[in-house]
Amino acid sequence: MDTYYHPPDLAKFGDMGKDAPELWEKFLQWYNAVFAEGALTEREKALIALAVSHAVQCPYCIDAYTSGSLEKGATPEQMTEAVHVAAAIRGGASLVHGVQMRNKVDKLSM
Amino acid sequence: MALPTLLNTRSPLAAPAAQRAALEALPLPRPFAGAAASAGHARLVPTGTTILQINLGKRCNQACHHCHVDAGPDRTEVMGDAVVEACVDLLAATGIPTLDITGGAPELHPRFRDLVVRARALGRRVIDRCNLTITTLPNYAGLPAFLAEHQVEVIASLPSYAATQTDRQRGDGVFEQSVQALRAFNALGYGREGSGLVLNLVTNPVGAFLPASQATLERDWKRELKRRYEIEFNALYTITNMPISRYLEWLEQSGNLDAYMTKLVQAFNPAAVEGLMCRYTLSVGWDGRLFDCDFNQMLDLPVEPSAPQTIFDLADTARLDTRTIVTAPHCFGCTAGAGSSCGGATT
Repeated sequence: MDTYYHPPDLAKFGDMGKDAPELWEKFLQWYNAVFAEGALTEREKALIALAVSHAVQCPYCIDAYTSGSLEKGATPEQMTEAVHVAAAIRGGASLVHGVQMRNKVDKLSM
Repeated sequence: MALPTLLNTRSPLAAPAAQRAALEALPLPRPFAGAAASAGHARLVPTGTTILQINLGKRCNQACHHCHVDAGPDRTEVMGDAVVEACVDLLAATGIPTLDITGGAPELHPRFRDLVVRARALGRRVIDRCNLTITTLPNYAGLPAFLAEHQVEVIASLPSYAATQTDRQRGDGVFEQSVQALRAFNALGYGREGSGLVLNLVTNPVGAFLPASQATLERDWKRELKRRYEIEFNALYTITNMPISRYLEWLEQSGNLDAYMTKLVQAFNPAAVEGLMCRYTLSVGWDGRLFDCDFNQMLDLPVEPSAPQTIFDLADTARLDTRTIVTAPHCFGCTAGAGSSCGGATT
């Protein structure tokens, strides 16, 4: 069955360099630098990436950073907590927009 | 109740030839020999034998899901007396500094203690690859004290400092028994600074992924085992799971085999070839046959035909030093990422 998301496509990510090799190379250099150990550890960065993957709901990223987090030594407990952080921010983001709703209600109401 | 060894369940993968065929059928991007050649090792050769690793047999009180030996309580293969004697003779005749004893649970072998005593009397470093739970069996409670008395280095398996992960790989209740065993070793001085008694732990990933950084995990493990259980140890070794026996079966059944093998190949680290353990290890099977490593032993890939084939053909190791090491697709497991060996990461 055709689908927009196809798991083997993750391995073809490098194809994005085919018609724009310089941009791809710049992206890779930046990407690799971002995930290198710095003020944050590689594991912390992998867990942030896992949480963001859920926030942006990217199936490729979820696959990649589930493996990536495990291979940086994260535990399933830590990974589950990271996803809850993403979920809480998404839920909170909806909820905090309720203030806009209440402001509008106040403006429109007598 | 049926035991989950491949042999007991009559799995086709109980046969090493079937395992080799399953691995060779995979469409890997390149063969291992080609990868090694690209790293400057067109012919993979030994650097000299410094470790004699002997597998006393497949008997084990556990039956872990990832076991590359397919060991378990139902296995009957054990090293015969003549092979044990030949191993001791080889140690006496050569300067091989280390005897590494593995299995199965090697301590179940009736000649285990005799072997330890004689190797130590020859002045050799002796390693016992211990599954920890063996020490909780009634007849083996004195094992840690025996190992301490003879200053045997203990390398103990513990995949995780969390009970859930450990029990998932090694069986229900294994973690709790392992903690009990580690406390017994600590009480004797094992793992304590200045005691001279070495206790190293081994962790394999609980699934189809590569191990994390050994140094990072060691820091985590020392902190967490101390904080949670007051347990100390010397070093943590990370070992990549090998696509052999029960781990191979799990990879197939879980639909992970292709992706895992591709991951191993894509993670090929040229720098890991130099320190491959097959270059300095001689592996002896329970039946006395010779192999380049314990993984080749389980796949029934003996040393190349021109080399001596059994321990009985071996007066010294000189004729082995010129052999070409036998490789196959599983060898990518030892060169992926930071490299992997029975002594942990290799780069």
